[in-house]
Amino acid sequence: MSTAPVKLAVVSAGLSEPSSTRLLADRLAAAASRGLETAGREPQVQHVELRDLATEIAQNFVTGFAGEELKQALDDVAQAEGLIAVTPVFSASYSGLFKSFFDVMENTALTGKPVLIGATGGTPRHSLVLDHALRPLFSYLRAVVVPTAVYAATDDWGSADDGLTPSLPGRIECAGAELARLTRACGPAVAVAEPEAGAEDEEAVGEQAPHLKVVAQAPSGDPYEDVVPFAQQLAALRPEE
Amino acid sequence: MQFGIFSVGDVTPDPTDGSTPTEHERIKAILRIALKAEEVGLDVFATGEHHNPPFVPSSPTTMLGWIAAHTERLVLSTATTLITTNDPVKIAEDFAMLQHVADGRTDVMLGRGNTGPVYPWFGKDIRQGIPLAIENYALLHQLWREDVVDWQGRFRTPLQSFTSTPRPLDGVPPFVWHGSIRSPEIAEQAAYYGDGFFANNIFWPKDHFKRLIGLYRQRYAHYGHGTAEQAIVGLGGQAFMRKNSQDAVREFRPYFDNAPVYGHGPTMEEFTAETPLTVGSPQQVIERTLSFREAFGDYQRQLFLMDHAGLPLKTVLEQLDLLGEEVVPVLRREFAARRPAGVPEAPTHEDLRARKREDEAARVGAGVGEPGENAEESA
Repeated sequence: MSTAPVKLAVVSAGLSEPSSTRLLADRLAAAASRGLETAGREPQVQHVELRDLATEIAQNFVTGFAGEELKQALDDVAQAEGLIAVTPVFSASYSGLFKSFFDVMENTALTGKPVLIGATGGTPRHSLVLDHALRPLFSYLRAVVVPTAVYAATDDWGSADDGLTPSLPGRIECAGAELARLTRACGPAVAVAEPEAGAEDEEAVGEQAPHLKVVAQAPSGDPYEDVVPFAQQLAALRPEE
Repeated sequence: MQFGIFSVGDVTPDPTDGSTPTEHERIKAILRIALKAEEVGLDVFATGEHHNPPFVPSSPTTMLGWIAAHTERLVLSTATTLITTNDPVKIAEDFAMLQHVADGRTDVMLGRGNTGPVYPWFGKDIRQGIPLAIENYALLHQLWREDVVDWQGRFRTPLQSFTSTPRPLDGVPPFVWHGSIRSPEIAEQAAYYGDGFFANNIFWPKDHFKRLIGLYRQRYAHYGHGTAEQAIVGLGGQAFMRKNSQDAVREFRPYFDNAPVYGHGPTMEEFTAETPLTVGSPQQVIERTLSFREAFGDYQRQLFLMDHAGLPLKTVLEQLDLLGEEVVPVLRREFAARRPAGVPEAPTHEDLRARKREDEAARVGAGVGEPGENAEESA
């Protein structure tokens, strides 16, 4: 069994200080860490607090490149073996800041990566945000979304287990264990695809589809390290006999 | 080393007074700026190609032909000519014609274009951008080198017994640069053909372009065109200058803050720290430009973007005076002093013609028919 630490990235889009979103993110991270430790793996948790990156995220939309701290955060998420992503509910969906962070990320960065999704809100009536907004977002990005998603309404922080439905701590434990198990099963992230040329359209940045290349893929996934020889690029275009 | 300017050709309101030039005024301003480039001793003028407002240069060789008639030394080029949506046959014809009109003072920079709707307007699909660039250039390359071409491909009608006219001046095709901002495939293409590679180097941090240029240099050597240090590299840059750097900062800030590309985003100070944009004194522009050499190695062509963000013509002409009088003479001296022997200049028509004659003489001397087999490396 590998003894290298398992990297978990925790993205939290809470805005207040302290924030219940961060609180949920911390508890999910702790549960996932316990799940890994139980399996004999050491967790290595990296937090990404989107509030601190708000300006750089907005600037990335304008300039097309990430500032230093944002770049570090994007790299941390891309290199993590598992991701925990938690947002407050704003206007019946994830917050704009939360979505913006994933908009400026390479659209292949989460491919095949286990993701545990969570959300917080003032009322339990928004809990389907997880399945109607977050889950499709991460499915689109080709992440492996863990079955149990955790929604924490204000009331949940003070409710005891009623014996009929799992309490918040129970849901957190369950979701954390699922992420730990999937992270161990999926292993370290490997680049598997790159966007097609069409994804370069700057004006359509919000509509990029992660079309997967089916030919001439560099073995390492890094097109600079393993350049596809020109003769091969040319030959791929020759009319078929 | 060649120094010049490249123009995007945007019609942008001047944020300080709200005035917007008409298309006619802007086109005439671009032409005036090109003439000024020669007057102040620059080597190259390059124009963009666009097919959507607020940009005006849809027909680059028309503009460059006019400039050719009014100049004597300036090399006329593009930044970039769309190899994806233009018919390669028409590019072959237009630039061979321009070569004759300009007595060889022309080269061309090919690029893909990143505006989605332009592709369908010309019957193409942006998702085929790289394959279009590869196939179309392969045909263009052939049309300039073979008198009679039989050709069949994926993206245009086949050609049987086609001759592109006029033939390139002196039988020497225009030198080609391939411009790319993020595609290793295009760096590979430029290296394969032994063509030049241009990284626009504006708007983004330099580390990104270091990877692209590094790849191009390495593959240029791989394909046997010379050493990695001898690969033909061009870079963009942008600057706004006044003798006193505080005056430059004060005057340029409203243009920066409202610029179409980066305005309403980072502060000018943040952007100048992270990208090659320099706002300050001529000495600061000199130092910044020399730092490009540290990052990218000895290179052959430096183009500056000077007419953008709604700057009035009068200001742009003043900028060119400063560039030509105070910046470029120093850069010529400093780059020359640092350049090791064996690193070539950007090839001109005369260089390419001389190389062709040497190749032919070597072939005759050796009595073999294989092109290039015994050609001596020209230093």
